Formats: sequence, structure tokens, C-alpha cells
Amino acid sequence: MSPRTLQVTALLGALFAAHAGAVDEETIQVSAKNFMFTPATITVHAGTIVTWVNLDDEPHTISSDAGLFRSPALDTRERFSFKFEKAGTYHYLCTIHPRMLGTVTVE
Amino acid sequence: MTHDSLDSPSRRRALGCLAYGGAGTLFVLAGGTFTPLDLAAAAADAAYTAQLGRPLFVQLSDTHIGFNKEANPDVTATLARAIDLVNAMPAAPALVIHTGDITHLSRPSEFDLAQQLFSRINAGEMHTVPGEHDTSDAAVSEYFSRFGKASNNKGYYSFDHAGVHFIALVNVLQFKPGGLGALGADQLAWVEDDLKGRSASTPIVVFAHMPLWSVYEPWGWGTGDAPQLLAYLRRFGSVTVLNGHIHQIVQKVEGNVTFHTARSTAYPQPAGGVGEGPGPLKVPADQLARVLGISSVSLAKHPRSLALTLADRTLA
Repeated sequence: MSPRTLQVTALLGALFAAHAGAVDEETIQVSAKNFMFTPATITVHAGTIVTWVNLDDEPHTISSDAGLFRSPALDTRERFSFKFEKAGTYHYLCTIHPRMLGTVTVE
Repeated sequence: MTHDSLDSPSRRRALGCLAYGGAGTLFVLAGGTFTPLDLAAAAADAAYTAQLGRPLFVQLSDTHIGFNKEANPDVTATLARAIDLVNAMPAAPALVIHTGDITHLSRPSEFDLAQQLFSRINAGEMHTVPGEHDTSDAAVSEYFSRFGKASNNKGYYSFDHAGVHFIALVNVLQFKPGGLGALGADQLAWVEDDLKGRSASTPIVVFAHMPLWSVYEPWGWGTGDAPQLLAYLRRFGSVTVLNGHIHQIVQKVEGNVTFHTARSTAYPQPAGGVGEGPGPLKVPADQLARVLGISSVSLAKHPRSLALTLADRTLA
């Protein structure tokens, strides 16, 4: 690889990182994998859409403790999104595997 | 008790040797405790078999209609096989009890298919409780719209049949820390009231999806407030607690209470604590029928008591 190619790659990488950062302001993805939410705890700005994706072979649900949101059972690779409008701390769990816990903090 | 043959030293020795025999294991309720007995041995002893009584009910569990992963790509076929076994019983059971996880994803099409299959069962009545897979639709309404009538949509209810009092409970709609199931204060108060004034000699059968005893707490295999339930049941001479959820047989006896979990008709799960966590366990295709199955309970009338016997059999 020539020095010039390396430079271009680094520049593209920086651009992509900046772009990804901007996107993170609006949408955040949480995966359900190996019977865990990852990341299990996130902090977002009001107005952020959080999307959960099930990467397990077993179905999972995303169910707010306070009853704010509740997904249907998500089969493998299915998604569920919720837009967090108000500041607060929101705990949720998978009702099929209630050991799976997560928290969304909205600032 | 009239199970004289159980008291002979030779049979007691045989019982010790034959527990969990290949043909299936029969649990004989004698003096309030279940005793394991090999089915093949029971079949060879006609006089003894005559005392085992007539089939009272069959327990189906964890049919998971809609599951299609590699642990069992055809759960419809294995449920159909289980139903064939029920329909081949020498006498039709009066009741069928389903201990939950009828469906895998609570989808209408899954419930429709399950009900279509159940309609082929040659038995008097069917009684169900929901598993957590049956209440995983966003509105938690699919199960109740189909099976909620018996309980006014509460999910828990009781009924009497042939002198036995049955209590159907729901422990998948509330959770305790660590992922244990819960019955909740309202349901516990209802049970206490339901049992009030009943004779201690009435045989009680309690059924719910998640184990009502601690099978393996790190995986949530238990019900956090079950001790309160057991306090209400303790005065009864014969209590049988039947659960599903863990897709394997685990049993224990505590005083007059016998706890028993049934096999699934869909797929097995690992023993508690073996491997990373609970979930479908892939076994070689030719082994699958040996780890799936149904349970049945028979009733025999003795001069002074009713005796329940519980038999497990695989789909093999």
C-alpha cells in the first residue's frame, strides 16, 4: 500500500467517523444477542429513535417497566423502534427472558 | 393405602433399580408421596396395573407452534405425534391440560394452527395456562381472546373433576428480580379464598407454566412468590404441582406436595446450569423423539382415598 493510499484511507475513515457521530444524534441501535441487551445502558438526547434488533435464535420482546412501550415478539433479525421524546430514565426488559434488562436515559 | 404390593421388600428393591427405566417412568402416589415405577414392570404385573385406575388427564406442554429453528424444524409434526399417542390410549382421558407456550411468538396464525391441531385430541375438555411465549404480543391479547373465557380474562381459575380440585395459575405476566416468575398479590389472595373451606382430603392439582419451585434460579427457573402459595396448600393430603417451561422432567417431593415438570413436544433444553443459558438444545435428529413427550395422570378409587398416578412417556 502506497503512502498516498494510506492518507486517503485515513481521511475517509475520519469522514465516516464524523458522519456516524452525526447519525448517532438521532438513532441508536441496541442489539439483543446471547440473551443480553448491548449496550444495556444508553444515554440519548430527547427526540432520539432507539432501534432494537434481535440477533438471537430465540425471540425477544422490548417492554418498558412503566408501560411506555412494548414490542411484539421479535423473531431473529426483526426490529422494533421507539422515539424517546421526554427526558427521564426508562427501564425495560424482555418479557420472554426477564433476566434481560436495559435502561435508556434521555437527557 | 391399598398398594400392598408396594410394601413388599422385593418390589421396593425393584423400584429402586427401575426408576427412570427405558419404557417411561410411572409415579405412583402412595401415602402422599410419588414413587417411581418402571412402566415395563408395571405392565408385566396385571394385578398391580389394575389398581392404577383410569386416565384422568394428559399434560401437554411447550408445543411452541411457530418455532422453526434447527433444534426442531417441524414442531407441528411432533405435536401431531403427541396427539396420536393421546388418541391411542386404551381409554380416552377426561381432560387435557396444556401448561403453556402453546405458540412461539404469540402470532394469530400460530394460535390458529395450534387450535386446529388440538381439535383432533380425543379427550373431554382442554384446560390451558399461558406461557411467556403466549403473552409476547404487544397487546397481550391473542391468548386471552382464545382461552380467556374460563377465567374472565384473568388467566387463573379453578374447577373440579372426579373429586379432584384443579387450580390453573399464571406466573408469566409479572416478574421478580433475577427473572423469576411471579403470581402477584391478587392471584395469591384468590387462591387462598379458593381453598378456604375445602376438605384436606381433596386431592389438589395445581398447574402453571413456570416451575412453582426453584429448579435453577440463575436461569429464572422458579416463581419468586411461590412459597406463599405452598403455605396455602400444605394442609392438603395430596397436592400435585405440574409445570412446563424447562422442557425436561425434573421432580421433587416435599411433604405431601409432588412437583413435576413435563417434557416439551417441540424441543429440549439443557439441564439447569449446563452451557451458557436456557434455549433450544440441538440433538441428533434420530434422538429428538426420545427427549420430547407428554405426561398423563390416572385416578384410582380406593376404599378410603383417591390415588393419582403420573406417567411420563416420550414421543419415541
